[in-house]
Amino acid sequence: MRNDPAVTLVWLVLALPLAGFLLNGALALLAPQKKTVVSVIGVGVLAAAFAVAVAAFAALARGHTAEPAILTYWSWLPVGALRVDFALQVDALSTVMLLVVTGVGSLIHVFSVGYMREDPGYARYFAYLNLFVFFMLILVLGANFPVMFVGWEGVGLCSYLLIGFWFNERINADAGKKAFIVNRIGDAGFLIAMYLIFQHTGSLDFRTVFSKAPALLAPGGPAVTAITLFLFLGCTGKSAQIPLLTWLPDAMQGPTPVSALIHAATMVTAGVYLVVRCNVLYALAPLSQTVVAGIGALTALFAAVIATKQWDIKRVLAYSTISQLGYMFLGVGTGAMAAGMFHLVTHAFFKALLFLGAGSVIHAMHHAFHATRAHEDAQDMRNMGGLKQHLPWTANLMWVATLAIAGVPPLAGFFSKDEILAAAFARGSHDAAWYGFWGLGVATALLTAFYMTRLMLYTFHGPNRTGDAERAHLHEAPWIMTGPLVVLGVLTVAGGMLNAPPLLGGGTWLHHWLDPVTRAAAALWPAAHLAPALEWTLLLGAVLVAAAGIAVARSLLRPDALVPARLAPPETGLARVLLKKLYLDEIYDAAIVRPITWLSTEVLWKIVDLRLVDGLAVNGAARLTRTAGWLGSRLQTGNVGVYVAVFVIGVLAVLTAATR
Amino acid sequence: MTLLGPALAVSAVLFALGVAGVVIRRNVIVIFMCVELMLNAVNLTFIALAQRLGIQGHVFVFFVMAVAAAEAAVGLAIILAVFRHRETVDLKDITLLKG
Repeated sequence: MRNDPAVTLVWLVLALPLAGFLLNGALALLAPQKKTVVSVIGVGVLAAAFAVAVAAFAALARGHTAEPAILTYWSWLPVGALRVDFALQVDALSTVMLLVVTGVGSLIHVFSVGYMREDPGYARYFAYLNLFVFFMLILVLGANFPVMFVGWEGVGLCSYLLIGFWFNERINADAGKKAFIVNRIGDAGFLIAMYLIFQHTGSLDFRTVFSKAPALLAPGGPAVTAITLFLFLGCTGKSAQIPLLTWLPDAMQGPTPVSALIHAATMVTAGVYLVVRCNVLYALAPLSQTVVAGIGALTALFAAVIATKQWDIKRVLAYSTISQLGYMFLGVGTGAMAAGMFHLVTHAFFKALLFLGAGSVIHAMHHAFHATRAHEDAQDMRNMGGLKQHLPWTANLMWVATLAIAGVPPLAGFFSKDEILAAAFARGSHDAAWYGFWGLGVATALLTAFYMTRLMLYTFHGPNRTGDAERAHLHEAPWIMTGPLVVLGVLTVAGGMLNAPPLLGGGTWLHHWLDPVTRAAAALWPAAHLAPALEWTLLLGAVLVAAAGIAVARSLLRPDALVPARLAPPETGLARVLLKKLYLDEIYDAAIVRPITWLSTEVLWKIVDLRLVDGLAVNGAARLTRTAGWLGSRLQTGNVGVYVAVFVIGVLAVLTAATR
Repeated sequence: MTLLGPALAVSAVLFALGVAGVVIRRNVIVIFMCVELMLNAVNLTFIALAQRLGIQGHVFVFFVMAVAAAEAAVGLAIILAVFRHRETVDLKDITLLKG
């Protein structure tokens, strides 16, 4: 299989987006108005990369081999005992990610052609987007930690560039900076974990590390626990989990397709991918598993609670993304790697659909407000309502995604979410903490159904609050934008078949497909099996929870009582606390940012730099020299007699010393 | 009769007088004369020791006299130039080169 041309040509998957970045980047600098060429290059390279990814996937499926194909291109960092090659790894896990990134990425690129058509930075936008895909593919294809880290940092850079894409507004540039800086904290964890891995195993190659780990690292020992916890710190940054979740809501300042691609479908799931990749290490560290699952479950509930009171349509989806990422971590922390990956894939489908649908809504709202020169918020749900008449395709497709994320069978989200919850429940028989995590997950499922129904009701139903003049300008987006929505809608409906449980007549295909990657971990933690009756009960319970959430939202919420954002009274009480995400930003500001700023200005700048470095060291050295010079110059009286006297005394002294 | 001891003693006394003059006196002309005294004290030593150590002492004296003559020419010219400029040859007043 290693010689299969489809596998050896996998470098093309990387080269194509890179070429797209270089060409579009050149066009952005030289001929930014050539939008047709930019679209052809930008979308073309992605489609071609998708084709190569499909070919690689097919070759791997034909090969039926458990061994990953490792393609080494050149020696990158040969330093002493450390040997790092630039090498790519094609195996079951990376091909799944490859397909998601290039597949969903292609659809979002197509959508962007319509969404960004009138933007003056069109070529720059596609250059960044292609660069992002390039780095994301390095991340998923890297065969060792450093190569993966290059992709890990690269996607962070592209995230920064695209969040601050409209950088002439201060709030956007600040949001980009925030994302970048918060991610640095996580990246430090990743780096420390890499040092520890090298220290304990002497290698950074995935295959070597994971095959040696069970022999070299004591199960549950401090080394493997520290490694996995530091890796997870990296994940909390990249995947916006507690405590580093604050950057993702602000990241919504970027263009909406960017939110769909980077901050929903691909980049933020890199943390989940990392945990699945290192499944052997996590299987050796039960404490870390508890932390991963616990943080995941807590984040899921926390973000879902906040999402129930947001007015910005994209912010609801951002918190929803954080919440769903929490589910994935609950899954992989439980040891159900396939379930976590399954949710990653289905989430990529339905969340990309939701974000692109929101993009379509914002596009329509923006045009309506632009036509009447109104300066209203095009993303505030209080300014929407009744859009179903104007955007029927978007409304129906978003309802499909809403039902999927809420967990209504037989849509994709139902299967993946249920599998994670079932795995958590099963683990509860070993460790009671998991019953708690399961409870958090169920509560999150209820809230998810609630806030998503709320979003749909406020956006598409009830009376329209956009304004009488604006209403005439509301219309469905062009086909280049609704087309990708339809494809994602189909995937959202059918995606559950990837890993449908045997209970419902499915073949758990994804589970078998990922088996070579997760086998070692599964051997350490055999999956607990639930009795079919219990499994049925859980399934029915999940469906009931979803239905309850939707029903509660329908009965409690009154879309017709809403008023447009400019007329709405300010929020009070709990709603205000939730709108401000429990003042998390303010708490971090007071507890971390301000003390650091104070320490930097008052101590490090005014004392250490001004007084010690500048004062004592730099000016002190000058002063010392000058004083010594002044003292020496006192000897130079200009009086020859004195010189002669000193000279004679010196000669006498030398003679005395010489004759003694 | 060699008179080596008395000759060395006289030259030592002359040298000491010269040093004392250079250190104590302020007038440049006098200091100049004291320097000549020191040179000639050294010459006397050379001559006295040449009895024992050979002809080199005599040769060296001629070198010293030649250098002293050149020094006198240059030194007196400098003193003359300074006097024209400052109207004094007192070292107490010529202290431009001080720190």
